[in-house]
Amino acid sequence: MRSVGQANIGALVSFVGQVRDINDGSLVNSLTLEHYPEMTEKALAKIEAEAKSRWDLIDTLIIHRVGTLHAQDQIVLVLVASAHRGDAFSACEFIMDYLKTSAPFWKKEATSHGERWVEAKLSDDVAKERWQE
Amino acid sequence: MHIKVLYFARIKEAVNYSTEDIQLPEDVQTITALKNFLSLRGDTWADLFNGKQTVRAAINHELVDNLATIKAGDEVAFFPPVTGG
Repeated sequence: MRSVGQANIGALVSFVGQVRDINDGSLVNSLTLEHYPEMTEKALAKIEAEAKSRWDLIDTLIIHRVGTLHAQDQIVLVLVASAHRGDAFSACEFIMDYLKTSAPFWKKEATSHGERWVEAKLSDDVAKERWQE
Repeated sequence: MHIKVLYFARIKEAVNYSTEDIQLPEDVQTITALKNFLSLRGDTWADLFNGKQTVRAAINHELVDNLATIKAGDEVAFFPPVTGG
């Protein structure tokens, strides 16, 4: 994020997603993330552009890991810088809600009962829809 | 027309490969038509593409709906609903 250190930034909001040890009642030994590289770049850029068009932001940054991760590993970082906190908080939530539902990542869990693909959650679609009102 | 088709996540595992070049018949011009075309390949393909499972599609890296038009040279991708973040 090039703008860190800029004097006009009054609010810097960050979100860090972490891998949980338990999902849907099973112990998760590891989590492997697959993605669609060319589309991922475009999808994340589009989400950042949309956030910048809705709020007064100075800069944004999204980092999402892929490959195999374990409990407590950091999986995603969203940083939003703006003059005031309201815009930064809202934009950070917006970016995560859109990332969850439109960026091409897929999680596969290795549990004590074997491997399974994580199912998409309806609650994530609902979280995204609130921005479309 | 000639297109490239990519598969991801559980769909890739089910069909057992990730990429293929397909020569489409002239009447296959939309995502729906391509899904129907693929579902004729056998049971595995029918299970994936007969509409019972949610399968998302992208053309040239943009999410599209079933009515989207496919052009020669396009990169079409099929994948389950995303679960990142």
